[in-house]
Amino acid sequence: MPAFAPAPATTTPAIEVSDLVKTYAGITAVHRISFTVARGEIIGLLGPNGAGKSTTLRILTGYLPATAGRVTVCGVDVASHPAEVKNLIGYMPENNPLPDDMRVSEYLYLRGRLKGLTRRRLHPRFDEVVQLCDLGRVRHRIIGNLSKGYRQRIGIADAIIAEPPVIIMDEPTIGLDPHQILAVRDLIAGLRGRMTVLISSHILPEVEATCDRVIIVNQGRVVAAGTPAELRHERLGPGHYELELAGPLTALPSLLATLHPGLALVSAPDAPDADGFASLSLTAPRDAPDLREPLVNALAHDTRFRLRALTRTRHTLEDVFLAATNPKTDGLKV
Amino acid sequence: MRSFSILLGHELRMLLVSPATYIAATLFLVVMGFIFAGILESFTSAAQEGSPAGTFFQLFWIPVLFMVPLLTMKSLAEERRLGTLETLLTTPVTTPQVVFAKFFAAYALYLGLWASTGGFFSILQLFAGTSYRLDSGPLIGGYLFITVSGLLFVALGIFASSITRNQAVAGILAFVLLLLLVIGTRYTSTLELLKLDSMASTRSAIDYVQVFTHLDDFTRGVIDTRQVLFYLSGSTVALLFSIFGVEAKLLHS
Repeated sequence: MPAFAPAPATTTPAIEVSDLVKTYAGITAVHRISFTVARGEIIGLLGPNGAGKSTTLRILTGYLPATAGRVTVCGVDVASHPAEVKNLIGYMPENNPLPDDMRVSEYLYLRGRLKGLTRRRLHPRFDEVVQLCDLGRVRHRIIGNLSKGYRQRIGIADAIIAEPPVIIMDEPTIGLDPHQILAVRDLIAGLRGRMTVLISSHILPEVEATCDRVIIVNQGRVVAAGTPAELRHERLGPGHYELELAGPLTALPSLLATLHPGLALVSAPDAPDADGFASLSLTAPRDAPDLREPLVNALAHDTRFRLRALTRTRHTLEDVFLAATNPKTDGLKV
Repeated sequence: MRSFSILLGHELRMLLVSPATYIAATLFLVVMGFIFAGILESFTSAAQEGSPAGTFFQLFWIPVLFMVPLLTMKSLAEERRLGTLETLLTTPVTTPQVVFAKFFAAYALYLGLWASTGGFFSILQLFAGTSYRLDSGPLIGGYLFITVSGLLFVALGIFASSITRNQAVAGILAFVLLLLLVIGTRYTSTLELLKLDSMASTRSAIDYVQVFTHLDDFTRGVIDTRQVLFYLSGSTVALLFSIFGVEAKLLHS
């Protein structure tokens, strides 16, 4: 560990950002962002391009100064103790810049030494990181000749080599093929519990798969925060139901009203198919509970109807993201 | 200090493994060899004032104007363009450490290139069979001048590299700064305007920064602490501004 011991360990949050503001030449890139990340969490910072994600991350690392606001990492203030904070963070910038004329092992050794590892500790740690990031085959190759996937893994290896308590990665899976995305995702998931990880992304399935919590930013503001499930529920409610039903459809609305007053048909049902079943979709208001079971019970007990299928269409994080960053609603709840 | 030595070691190692270093060194020696051969020829054809060493160092400005920008233009501009400056500065490394490591690496290469020209003199001595033609005084003075003045020349090159992300701009800027310092001061001192009595203080200031006067003094064995101080303080200021240059670019990046 670095010589600097962070203040009361484990009790202070890993990252605390309050009222962060950053302006560039009159343009406000970040406008009063506040969030807290607990130790050991994997957090996704989500937002469209130009939302202020990279700026926020750069301020967290101490690379850029903030215009206003307070940022602490493990209880250490970034603005007043930048040197200590740099010991606490492993950072991978956007596009992961690497020197093209060095070998992988040379680069990682240099980075480890710069991050304060002694030679004796660096050797075993290097082997560990190379294995963790699956770089064994390319450890003696020149970085400039490696594929994007390897380069990305070198960036991750560099971020974790000094075992800092906080890892910050700016778009770690950008430009990778699906296999490589899976590998990187597994790698990040492997850090769960040991390190606090903050990743930024605009690739939604990735964030949904790896992150414990998501913070959605748009135009420099936090527009939503929570676990993916919470966000789905809070933003969009339990969602829509798809039914395949045979029977007198004109009698359906009154039946639905007895289940929940807000439950309604989205549109007029399609014409029934050869077996007499029609596809219907229903919508429920956001505050309604899960209505699948009541629906099945009611339709099964009603002898007029025959039910063939019932599913709830789940909202993806994508819907949440689109709703939260919709310029028309300006991040207001839909 | 530890980070600085790691960075400097890294920079020097990258210089040693880079083919560009050896190509530059070879071409430098070719150019300097031509100059040296030309000087020897003029010495054999007619009686000359001074020694070959003195004349050789009189032409120091040719390699300075061309080699220093080429050696330094890459240092910080390239790191910034590639974005590796960001990864570097988010480790527990400070901007002054980065700038000083770049400076000393470039300075070491500059000295190494000049030191290799020492080979010309030893070859001359070997074939002349006598050290009568080889006055060691101007030789030592000349190399001492190169060592001291190189601090400022290389620092100016690093400064030029710190304020842009474009290597070409950095190179041209370094060339212009060196030209102003070496040739510009010499030209200014001949201006009629400065011969006025009211300009006496300006004239003495310009006389003080005459690089060619410094060279003459050094090769004659006069080592003036004011001149040494000029190069030391000048390089310190240039490096300070390089640090500001890197940090100011961060503020507005």
